[in-house]
Amino acid sequence: MEDTTKNIPFMAGWKYASAPEATDHIQIKPSYNLFINGQFVAPKNKVYFETIDPSSEEILAKVGMADKEDVDLAVAAAKNAFKVWSKIKPRERGKYIFRIARLIQERAREFAVIESMNGGKPIRESRDIDVPLAANHFFYYAGWSDKLTYAFPNRNPVPLGVVGQIIPWNFPLLMAAWKIAPALATGNTVVLKPAETTPLTALKLAELIQESGLPKGVVNIITGDGSTGAEIVHHPDVAKIAFTGSTAVGKFIKKATADTNKKLSLELGGKGANIIFEDAALDQAVEGIVNAIFFNQGHVCCAGSRLFVQESVADKVIQKLKDRMSTLIVGNPLDKNTDIGAINSKKQLETINKYIALGKKEGARIYQSECKLPSKGNWCAPTLFLDVSQSHKIVQDEIFGPVLTIQTFRTISEVIEKANNTPYGLSAGVWTQNGAKIFHMTQKLNAGVVWANTFNKFDAASPFGGYKESGFGREGGLHGLKPYLKFE
Amino acid sequence: MDRIDVLKTYKLFIGGAFPRTESGRYEAVRDKKGNLIANICLASRKDFRNAVVVARKAQEGWNKTTQLLKGQVLYRIAEMLESRKVQFVDELVRQGLSKKAAEKEVELSVDRLVYYAGWSDKFQQVFSSVNPVNSSHFNFSVLEPMGLVAVIAPENDSLLGLVSILAPAIVGGNAVVLLASETKPLCSISFAEVLNTSDVPAGVVNILTGKTSELIPQMASHMDINAIVYCGNNENQMKKINELASENVKRVVFFKKQNWDHPTDESPYFIEKLQEVKTTWHPVKI
Repeated sequence: MEDTTKNIPFMAGWKYASAPEATDHIQIKPSYNLFINGQFVAPKNKVYFETIDPSSEEILAKVGMADKEDVDLAVAAAKNAFKVWSKIKPRERGKYIFRIARLIQERAREFAVIESMNGGKPIRESRDIDVPLAANHFFYYAGWSDKLTYAFPNRNPVPLGVVGQIIPWNFPLLMAAWKIAPALATGNTVVLKPAETTPLTALKLAELIQESGLPKGVVNIITGDGSTGAEIVHHPDVAKIAFTGSTAVGKFIKKATADTNKKLSLELGGKGANIIFEDAALDQAVEGIVNAIFFNQGHVCCAGSRLFVQESVADKVIQKLKDRMSTLIVGNPLDKNTDIGAINSKKQLETINKYIALGKKEGARIYQSECKLPSKGNWCAPTLFLDVSQSHKIVQDEIFGPVLTIQTFRTISEVIEKANNTPYGLSAGVWTQNGAKIFHMTQKLNAGVVWANTFNKFDAASPFGGYKESGFGREGGLHGLKPYLKFE
Repeated sequence: MDRIDVLKTYKLFIGGAFPRTESGRYEAVRDKKGNLIANICLASRKDFRNAVVVARKAQEGWNKTTQLLKGQVLYRIAEMLESRKVQFVDELVRQGLSKKAAEKEVELSVDRLVYYAGWSDKFQQVFSSVNPVNSSHFNFSVLEPMGLVAVIAPENDSLLGLVSILAPAIVGGNAVVLLASETKPLCSISFAEVLNTSDVPAGVVNILTGKTSELIPQMASHMDINAIVYCGNNENQMKKINELASENVKRVVFFKKQNWDHPTDESPYFIEKLQEVKTTWHPVKI
């Protein structure tokens, strides 16, 4: 370790002592029931499954496995609650949502710790990004409740009814907020299913919602696996499905709802291009590359997983990147010094490792930083692949891990063509100090979110969502209201 | 009889040219009395694919033109249609409309084109936003065209319906491959002649005539189509479109309404339906 890093100018001359976040104030019950109609009720089939800490493989709790009967109950509760909720004065509706935002802020640290324990992400991220953004999302949409007609001039926006929401494991609480907040603000009621591996913060949110006094049945949160999600998708009383997850499942949902009038919004996979021009501020760009691909272990649909570096600066950028990678600390998600936490699940680690093996087999040159990985749990060292081309699987497929492919380019038109040559269209990044080049690039890149001289930034007021096979519909901002409304 | 009429051959409109269908197939269109009005091309899947290729090439250039220019091109289409009013009224009457109804349909079509010409450089201002994010970034969202749109045009209101779908699609920078009303196809090809004299770049609008049921699977499943607009209310066809569109996550828009003559049948929201939202971030702190 010492040998490879001693020449790096910005490497600290000391070792970081461990700085673990306290967990003694965290309340996790041994077992969680389903949150239906304002109460926690046992699943009808009495089946529970374990949820673990992916960094230690310790069991954190058991949670209910909802099946068709439970989904029926949750949808019935939401349908019943819609009668009340859609009639409540919009301003009062908003006040309930403001209250949820405040309660999250009050309990922010508890949520952050549980998020890191259950999902494996570094506490620095859950504390500074996931939880504050989740609270902000409720706060933002709360204010829209009584102002919807200003968002849609000359139209009469009305809610849809019961919305089924299925969310992924990479940002468990934040995705719940992205789904629930706009749905409530627009007067809908909710049946939400958190991801199989990360149910805990959603269940804590259910507790918080119960405490908030929100009318019973307005939000129902039921845990389970893909079969639970499928029951929600197929339920005839669900007026809309909001899904965040893989493109394959998104296509399945579109097919499965083909003969219904269900409204859909899909936020699916990505393979974001991150483009570094020779006239970029290279040190900032390198920070941007690191943030683009190693944020949240690369479990980010909008990750900048395809790096394009202009040929003239490629060697320099790659060396800087390697140097920077050598300082990244991989390990205990609850340690405040940790940069990269645990891979979310065994299954995901297998997927990532399969792609790493494939990359080598395809002839790409691999580079991994020499970091110590804990012996227990799911871990992956930050990984680069050099000498790759457009035809490589690792360039085409979403890996959803800390694996970056690096290609070089000479001209603007070449990089635009390469960047857009993917079925995905969620995010893209461009780094240059030339203003006209920025606007030229941001216009040409086929992606719903384009970061210029920054990457992986999110905000409640900022619409997020994809082009092409990355899905449709927007979450966040004024545009995020539309998927939850119909117009009379 | 001093002279006999010169009848028009109705062909397809692909890439700014009027080819016959590559399949060589045709269908007779007859008036109420059973007299032959025209032999219409039965476009094939291959014709559709050919149209997609030229439309994809044309879309980028069309999108790049300024919105003012797009507005002027749409206005030019309105001028050309107005000047050929008699011809269109005559065709609509031959397809069964009363003269009065036909005149109304043509006039509404002209006015609708003028309406969307006016929106060309305004809709962006209505739908875009500067987003006040909680960090030191300048963040804004703008609309961008979905790209290449396949359209199954309304069966009734064969001219007005076609114009009502086409105008908002192209004013937003999309290119279109449109399948005309199956039972009333005459105006669509005459409208192509209007387009062809209106400075609409070749390939931006492509019009096919043929069997809806035959072409829907190809239109819904084509991997280089970004969005599909279906006007009609056949449940089986809508299901089929949804299923096939899932393959490349095509955007699907259904219009179940029969008529397009109501004031609410035009609005900037019809433009917005075929637009994506792109959000751009840039730091503001130095």
